[in-house]
Amino acid sequence: MPALLEIRGLTVEFTTSRGILRAVDRVDMDVAEGEVLGVVGESGSGKSVSMLALMGLLGSNAKLTADRLAFAGTDLLTLTPRQRRKLVGKDVAMIFQEPTTSLNPCFTVGFQIVEALKEHMGGTRKWRRDRAVELLNLVGIPDPGARLNAFPHQLSGGMNQRVMIAMAIACQPRLLIADEPTTALDVTIQAQILELLTRLQRQHNMAMVLITHDMAVVSETAQRVQVMYAGQLVETRSADDLFSRPRHPYTAALLSSLPEHAERRARLATIPGLVPGIGDRPVGCLFSPRCAHANDRCRAERPDLYRDPEGLARCFYPLDDSGRPEGVAA
Amino acid sequence: MLRFILTRISLVVPTFIGILLLSFMLIRLVPGDPIEVRFGERGIAPERLAQLRAEMGLDQPLYVQFLDYLGHVARGDLGVSISTKNPVLTEFLALFPATVELGLCAMIFAIVFGLPAGVFAAVKRGSVFDHALMSTSLTGFSMPIFWWGLLLILLFSVQLGWTPVSGRLAALYYIEPTTGFMLIDSLLSDEKGAFLSALRHLILPTVVLGTIPLAVVARMTRSSMLEVLNEDYIRTARAKGLSSFRVIGIHGLRNAMIPVVTVIGLQVGSLLGGAILTESIFAWPGVASWLIEAINRRDYPVLQGGVLLVASLVMLVNLAVDVLYGMLNPRIRR
Ligand SMILES: Nc1ncnc2c1ncn2[C@@H]1O[C@H](COP(=O)(O)OP(=O)(O)OP(=O)(O)O)[C@@H](O)[C@H]1O
Ligand code: SF4
Ligand SMILES: [Mg+2]
Repeated sequence: MPALLEIRGLTVEFTTSRGILRAVDRVDMDVAEGEVLGVVGESGSGKSVSMLALMGLLGSNAKLTADRLAFAGTDLLTLTPRQRRKLVGKDVAMIFQEPTTSLNPCFTVGFQIVEALKEHMGGTRKWRRDRAVELLNLVGIPDPGARLNAFPHQLSGGMNQRVMIAMAIACQPRLLIADEPTTALDVTIQAQILELLTRLQRQHNMAMVLITHDMAVVSETAQRVQVMYAGQLVETRSADDLFSRPRHPYTAALLSSLPEHAERRARLATIPGLVPGIGDRPVGCLFSPRCAHANDRCRAERPDLYRDPEGLARCFYPLDDSGRPEGVAA
Repeated sequence: MLRFILTRISLVVPTFIGILLLSFMLIRLVPGDPIEVRFGERGIAPERLAQLRAEMGLDQPLYVQFLDYLGHVARGDLGVSISTKNPVLTEFLALFPATVELGLCAMIFAIVFGLPAGVFAAVKRGSVFDHALMSTSLTGFSMPIFWWGLLLILLFSVQLGWTPVSGRLAALYYIEPTTGFMLIDSLLSDEKGAFLSALRHLILPTVVLGTIPLAVVARMTRSSMLEVLNEDYIRTARAKGLSSFRVIGIHGLRNAMIPVVTVIGLQVGSLLGGAILTESIFAWPGVASWLIEAINRRDYPVLQGGVLLVASLVMLVNLAVDVLYGMLNPRIRR
């Protein structure tokens, strides 16, 4: 299948008062038409920033470079802002973690959905209204005709996230980026929203990048997984392979922090130590301060992404099928 | 929303009573009553003074005078001016449009320039324009009106001769007041050139009176906009592929306006204070000049009635602003 989204060497640097922070470090990403890609990693690993970079939503203190940033064969790097706006919001849409603050408090949800339609689809006023009702219905909002006139503060967080989803799929995007769409919601609502997203994804054969902290969510929904650590891509492979035979020690640690796969909703922060911050990036492998298998080479040299039969892993000593590092005496 | 308005209105009553009391008391604290002031240096025989005082009821105890005043106000009677013998309300209504015209123009001036400047400074935060605007507005905010007015008159009227020094209209025109707004009346009349003359007379007073609100509006818009631009919904609006114009001008400004409207409303009170100075610098025939004149004459009815009317209007404007704030902010609306 041809790649719908193709990212090579994406790098994002922020100029902050404490110096330059490389939030995304030469990340590659491919998403095929209709595919669900899970992106996982601890807080601060650059998941959101890399996707905001793709959408062109970074602030003026961010510097973006990439070898290639292409959507459906169109090179995004050479587009003018105006051309890019024709794509963003129409063919690529994004939803965010905090549904309630992500909607404008001063406008009705109907206005905000119709606005997206007006921008990219045109149509008559009546058509847009009908389509908005249809969309609210599609995302499971009861009494959609009346809800059009509701303000975001009159709806619950779950309802607002449904509105965000309706708005995002309004123009039938080919790629939906969902940045932790359920993190801010109640546990029961989380499952409903995920179910809604996967249903819409299948019905419309829409590709989806699902950013999450929740390994259980990834195992249920994603076909492929990318693991990020401190701005770098550290491992990517199919979800099945990743869950049964992780190659990178970080991925393995993430998975083992899942209490016996049975318990859902496990968080990732159970690996000892912290993601390196701006001033304390190790010289060698970025994971070496926290890696159980780190040796002198790891601490002196940065590993590349190495190809194995099923995927890529950024480690000198990728784990073998039994979970032990290769090429290191036990 | 209804409850919000009702609570707000219920506050109007005690405020009104406070205004009544203050407007009555303050002028009586100034030494010298209307009769003494009228006869001034020449003096007056004590018997005659007592007789005149008794005629005007000034010999009564203060509380009796106040109750008497209350009774008249309750019947809608603000009394007659001691110096002109005209009803206070009639005089007020004849002069008030001039003050409103000046105040409105100053406010429009402040909004028309302050709002876009504030938005632009917020969007271009840290730019040369931003820094320039912030320091200019700080200067503008602390500008003494009297000094600023004289400076502008010296430069534009005396040196350059571009604008008239004082008044509302050149003496060669006569405009029958219909709306009371000179700009409109002069347009309606057949007097050629009257409109232009009215406009030229308005420019400097507008600038002088509008400078402080301009600075306030620009600064408030900037800080409010800066806050709003960091909000998640702005990111959402951009993620929809909307133009920057729509993102900033619709999604941003709509939210940033909420505190700005409040500030504009609060400016109305201080605007009237500024109007007193501005009207006296430019000999603008408005309510403020009339009140100053009344202070000099100790014209109690004019002062009481005038202050009461002006303060009530400020109160009503503030009420309107609160209601508008409620309408702008859906989170208050019920
Ligand atoms: N506008 C910004 N200016 C400066 N630094 C930023 C900015 N946005 C993000 N960062 C930094 O970039 C790094 C990556 O942030 P990012 O939001 O991508 O993390 P994340 O993987 O999405 O984490 P989370 O799971 O908490 O959402 C963080 O260290 C963050 O502090
Ligand atoms: S390179 Fe070394 S430190 Fe880094 S993950 Fe692999 S084993 Fe651990
Ligand atoms: Mg994030």
